[in-house]
Amino acid sequence: MPPAIRVQALSKRFRVRSAGPRPRYRTLREEVSRLVGRTMRRLRGTTAGDETDFWALRDVSFDVPHGEVMGVIGRNGAGKSTLLKVVSRITRPTAGTVRIRGRVGSLLEVGTGFHPELTGRENIYLNGAILGMSHREIVRKFDAIVDFAGTETFLDSPVKHYSSGMYMRLAFAVAAQLEPEVLLIDEVLAVGDGEFQAKCLGKMGELATQGRTILFVSHNLAAVRSLCKTTVWLDQGRIASHGPTAEVVNRYIDSGERLASQRTWDSPETAPGNDSVRLRRVAVVPAEGDQRAALTIVTPLVIVFECWNLLPEAELSLNLVLYNLEGVCIFNSIAPAAMLPRGLFRSTCRVPADLLNDGVYRVRLLVVEDEAVPIVDLENVAMFEVHETERPIRWFGKLIGAVRPRLEWITRPIPEQAE
Amino acid sequence: MSLRAEKLNVAGVSLGEPPIDDDLPLTVVGPRAGWRPLDLAELWRYRELLFFLAWRDVKVRYKQTLLGAAWAVLQPTLMMIVFTLVLGRLERTGTSDIAYPVLVYAGLLPWTFFANALANAGQSVVQAERLITKVYFPRLAVPLAAVVAAVVDFALAALVMAVLVAYYGGVTPSWTMVLLPAFALLILLAAVGVGTLLAALNVAYRDVRHALPFLIQLWLFATPSVYLPQADTAGWLEINPLNGLISGFRAAALGQPIPWPRLAYPALAVAVLLAVGITYFRRVEDSFADVI
Repeated sequence: MPPAIRVQALSKRFRVRSAGPRPRYRTLREEVSRLVGRTMRRLRGTTAGDETDFWALRDVSFDVPHGEVMGVIGRNGAGKSTLLKVVSRITRPTAGTVRIRGRVGSLLEVGTGFHPELTGRENIYLNGAILGMSHREIVRKFDAIVDFAGTETFLDSPVKHYSSGMYMRLAFAVAAQLEPEVLLIDEVLAVGDGEFQAKCLGKMGELATQGRTILFVSHNLAAVRSLCKTTVWLDQGRIASHGPTAEVVNRYIDSGERLASQRTWDSPETAPGNDSVRLRRVAVVPAEGDQRAALTIVTPLVIVFECWNLLPEAELSLNLVLYNLEGVCIFNSIAPAAMLPRGLFRSTCRVPADLLNDGVYRVRLLVVEDEAVPIVDLENVAMFEVHETERPIRWFGKLIGAVRPRLEWITRPIPEQAE
Repeated sequence: MSLRAEKLNVAGVSLGEPPIDDDLPLTVVGPRAGWRPLDLAELWRYRELLFFLAWRDVKVRYKQTLLGAAWAVLQPTLMMIVFTLVLGRLERTGTSDIAYPVLVYAGLLPWTFFANALANAGQSVVQAERLITKVYFPRLAVPLAAVVAAVVDFALAALVMAVLVAYYGGVTPSWTMVLLPAFALLILLAAVGVGTLLAALNVAYRDVRHALPFLIQLWLFATPSVYLPQADTAGWLEINPLNGLISGFRAAALGQPIPWPRLAYPALAVAVLLAVGITYFRRVEDSFADVI
């Protein structure tokens, strides 16, 4: 069975003008002077070009079998959108080929072709036609589209009067009715609120179960993990990794720029603190296994503090305060006091699994003497990120909450009481 | 056309999947292949989109305007009035007994269509930027839709023609009127040829947008067929194919003898314009999404 999509040695180059901020189009005057310059240079024999090449894609090859959902991940600028554009035939590759079996539908943006002056009804027909649906198809699906969007009352007013939420719902409703064999989806879902994103992803999951081949570009790793069987990781135009999703996503996360989750100061003079206590090292690492692996919501982690005690013997205890990015305080944990001599000491704190929500956290450290007197208060000694793993449910939006504890739920029907 | 085969299952024992049809359309995307022929089959497949785009253009153009579609009619009508007042007396009262306004309008009608088609088409691709960078469809549909939108205006303005003829009289029906659509078609093809060329050029060189109104104005001056309707020839300006075509159009519309000798060259010129315009467009259309 030939694969639904076969990409072979795909490369795409953009020519970038070297100097200055300039628009990508030119005026005839510029073009003439450029041609003259080039001819003169050629006559003189110098070959210095005034353009540098930027390769958005370099020698990319992979197959997507029929009925599979494949994710494409990578940093911004890695070439993911360019890849989709080439596969959607919006732009041509510089080298290599793509072979696609089946009708192709691409969702690179929701609401392509919507015109603000036309009514919702008119835009449904227009948008549907642009996406490749025949008029008959649109008529057939019209009611389903309006139902999904829930904009029946506003159908006959111009779209420019819609709220952005209604606009998105309508646009997505049309796109959701596309039924091609091969579907290419770009970070469509980056626009719109959390609820909208979740709806999009839910629909995608549905399409996937119908056996369509889907190529899904996204930054939403939870969605990729749960919807995609295999994943391609693009880095600067090349394939960095390709294989089962869990593996590839883990490799991608591990390669990420480490937030300052481990910091060391070599000498007390430069270390944060004061005359009483100075911080030598802080580290937030997994409690077991590879110390360099990424932290996830299901791995217990350990926060290590190493400090110089500059006081002659003192009863010290460390206070750990954790904040998330919004500044919400997650918890304040206090170590039991310990009598410590002058010199280095280490205090570690174990945070169990299934407590923290995914996200970025910052660590604040206080050192308290005699259980009552704070003698050092250090904000921001470390930052670390906790990643999600697979989602067992079909909602892929952000799960709110400062914490995400795993609680036990028991649900049973209540039997009818006999008379 | 079955796409997914269900797994056959009898008494819980899977019988494997029947072979999947291999008649799914295969698309191959490769690097630019240079000069490519016009893919009419594909354009035909996308014909609904073409009409939708044209319909959208027309609809949007007149929404929120005071006079609405009347503008389609006012343009040639007002020009006709101006020409009549200014030039009507200057021209030698000619061989026909058809009033000057009618003669002039019969030329203004196709001219206005040509000018509008060019103006629309020239900007069409750049204005469709959002579509072109997000969705695949044969790019030729964009300038074509712009020309089709101009046809709608032409149809409206043609109604005025009927009114004028009724009012002024002097027009005897003749078999040559049957040829009217043929002339209209030739002028349309000329508009398509030049329009697609300009549309493609405009993407890379934005000068076109500024040059276009000027170009159209000059072109009008270079088409004395319009404002000096009773001249037999335009002299050296006959090199402008529109001179021959418009005089032919007028002759067919008003039941006058067709000036056959004036038509050989324009027909050829239109074919060349069409070929040049479409070929250039096809050559550069792949880079639209990158450059626009």
